[in-house]
Amino acid sequence: MSALEMRYEVPGNDFTRAGEASSAIKNKLKQMGIPPGVVRNVAIAVYEGEINMVIHASGGTIDVFVDSDAVSLVLRDTGGGIPDVELAMREGYTTAKEDIRSLGFGAGMGIPNMIKYTDEFKINSEVGKGTVVEMKVYLEK
Amino acid sequence: MNILDNKTMPRASNPLSTAPPFFQSRKPEYDRFFHSVRLDSDLCKGCINCLKRCPTQAIRVRDGKSQITKEYCTDCGECIRACPHHAKKATFDSFDTLSEYEYKIALPPPSLYAQFNNLEEKSLVLNALLSLGFDDVYEVAAAAELVSEITRKLIKDLASGARDNLPQGGFIPGSLPIISSACPCVVRLISVKFPNLLDNISPVIAPVEMAANAAVRRALIRTGLPREKIGVFFISPCPAKVAEAYSPLGIKESQIDKVLAVSDIYPRLLPFMKEIAASGGDMTSFDRGSEFSREIDKAGRIGVSWGGHGGEASGLLTDNYLAVDGIESVIKSLEDLEDSKFTNLEFIELNACKGGCVGGVLVVENPYIAKVKLNIIRKYLPVSGTHINASVPPYAYNNKKIEFQPVYRLGQTLEESISMMKRVDELIEKLPGLDCGCCGAPTCAANAEDVAKGLADEKGCIHKRVEALETESKLSNSQR
Ligand SMILES: Nc1ncnc2c1ncn2[C@@H]1O[C@H](COP(=O)(O)OP(=O)(O)O)[C@@H](O)[C@H]1O
Ligand code: SF4
Ligand code: SF4
Ligand SMILES: [Mg+2]
Repeated sequence: MSALEMRYEVPGNDFTRAGEASSAIKNKLKQMGIPPGVVRNVAIAVYEGEINMVIHASGGTIDVFVDSDAVSLVLRDTGGGIPDVELAMREGYTTAKEDIRSLGFGAGMGIPNMIKYTDEFKINSEVGKGTVVEMKVYLEK
Repeated sequence: MNILDNKTMPRASNPLSTAPPFFQSRKPEYDRFFHSVRLDSDLCKGCINCLKRCPTQAIRVRDGKSQITKEYCTDCGECIRACPHHAKKATFDSFDTLSEYEYKIALPPPSLYAQFNNLEEKSLVLNALLSLGFDDVYEVAAAAELVSEITRKLIKDLASGARDNLPQGGFIPGSLPIISSACPCVVRLISVKFPNLLDNISPVIAPVEMAANAAVRRALIRTGLPREKIGVFFISPCPAKVAEAYSPLGIKESQIDKVLAVSDIYPRLLPFMKEIAASGGDMTSFDRGSEFSREIDKAGRIGVSWGGHGGEASGLLTDNYLAVDGIESVIKSLEDLEDSKFTNLEFIELNACKGGCVGGVLVVENPYIAKVKLNIIRKYLPVSGTHINASVPPYAYNNKKIEFQPVYRLGQTLEESISMMKRVDELIEKLPGLDCGCCGAPTCAANAEDVAKGLADEKGCIHKRVEALETESKLSNSQR
């Protein structure tokens, strides 16, 4: 089966539009008849990733691949990168500023949730260059 | 003094609502997509007013007439509000169906009380219903208070994890927050669009069904008649509740026999109400303070408040609730809820209509004024007039699982969906993105989907046709 590829641009300069790409991806997956549980897991993981791209980097792209096995996601940004990835993966760790936190972001649960809701998770980050997050959610468990 | 007449034109006398003898006997197998909202194609001009307003993109204009895709329609009534030609109608049962039963029970919704001017006591409405020909009246507001009480307990049990206290056999939501099951339009929407939220739908039946069940039991004891001679008549504020009674989602069978419309009953009640009011209360069908009167007029503040937006949530006596009205906002909130954007919520009240049920398309009064009127009526009422005395009756819970219906899926298999999605994306690229509606679909994207599904012709876009004509004429000009 040929895979479906979709690309979404995440603008970094407009915080109020953060979450729109995840929402569009979710609706596409629903239309394809992807099982509801998978849609939910993808939606949560990609939402967290998208928000991170906006609040910790300056936007980027999200590539979605759908084939008969899984929904795969690649989130790329050219932001400042993460100095200590191990630390960033810990529950509750955040570098978010107070103004962002007052909006309910920055609980430090983004990356832990991405790990929790996906079947495969990889993060590659280079300080000064950017971050690439690759995630996979299997269609059948 | 003109005390009860509503200044607004009763909608019953305008062609917007009709009561044709169209509901035949109930089918043993419910039509999952049975609807009350229908088109009068003689009146339809094929304009795009309804097309653009349908929140679920259920409408297409084909061959100059509007068509409703029944799998997508939730009977929200937006198209009825939008149609300037009154071609979209809510269908409901005729008042004449009263004659089909020996013992007739009216179930008035709280929104009915809000239709009358200067009404301070709902007993006047209840009385007039008896004068109109009903033998008994059971307030939906009274049943709503029972629903509130059961839900309060359910929230407490779910929050504390006291699962042993939860009812057996019913369909218990897996987790908080509980989403109200009272607006059938919302439940339908969840069942086709938000499968991940199905478990959150309240397992407690809607107040109107609670009222029907209680009223039937009371009538069986009081009259000794067989069930089929007893007619249960719900007076509905909206088409969604008409459809729900005829084709319920969470219960195997509804105890409602016929569904009338508030807009149809309102003008019939007025003369009786005036008469009763003029007689200084002498003309009542039940004595004030008698047992019969206490049985009929019993809803308190909590029940009456259910008629307006926020009323149901306020009856739960918790601060951790969300109350949303208006179908567009409801859809937005369901999307956010699905993405787990809310935390610590215990209850979610969702009303498809702005203002709540007082904003239904089958009511007469402006919803905002109606809400003020509800406040006047509830003013001197006890907090709650009804209480669960013994144990919760088993009929209070859903007895049928609400299944997800993937009606928005593009293809039958994932493979098919993927190739159709690609085709849709290609088609969208070629369309102008004006969402003008001239092709008969609400947006260019919807048109692309229709073409991919084989339901529409690629040449349907008039902008593409004009473009083609222009290139053609340029070509022929340059050849000259
Ligand atoms: N795309 C990114 N670019 C730069 N830093 C990031 C990125 N994603 C995450 N981080 C860093 O990792 C930390 C933890 O991320 P996360 O678990 O999502 O929590 P939160 O976003 O609530 O801070 C962030 O505070 C930030 O310092
Ligand atoms: S009732 Fe609502 S969902 Fe149904 S066709 Fe009309 S606008 Fe669309
Ligand atoms: S809000 Fe009330 S009146 Fe409106 S559709 Fe829902 S149940 Fe009917
Ligand atoms: Mg984050």
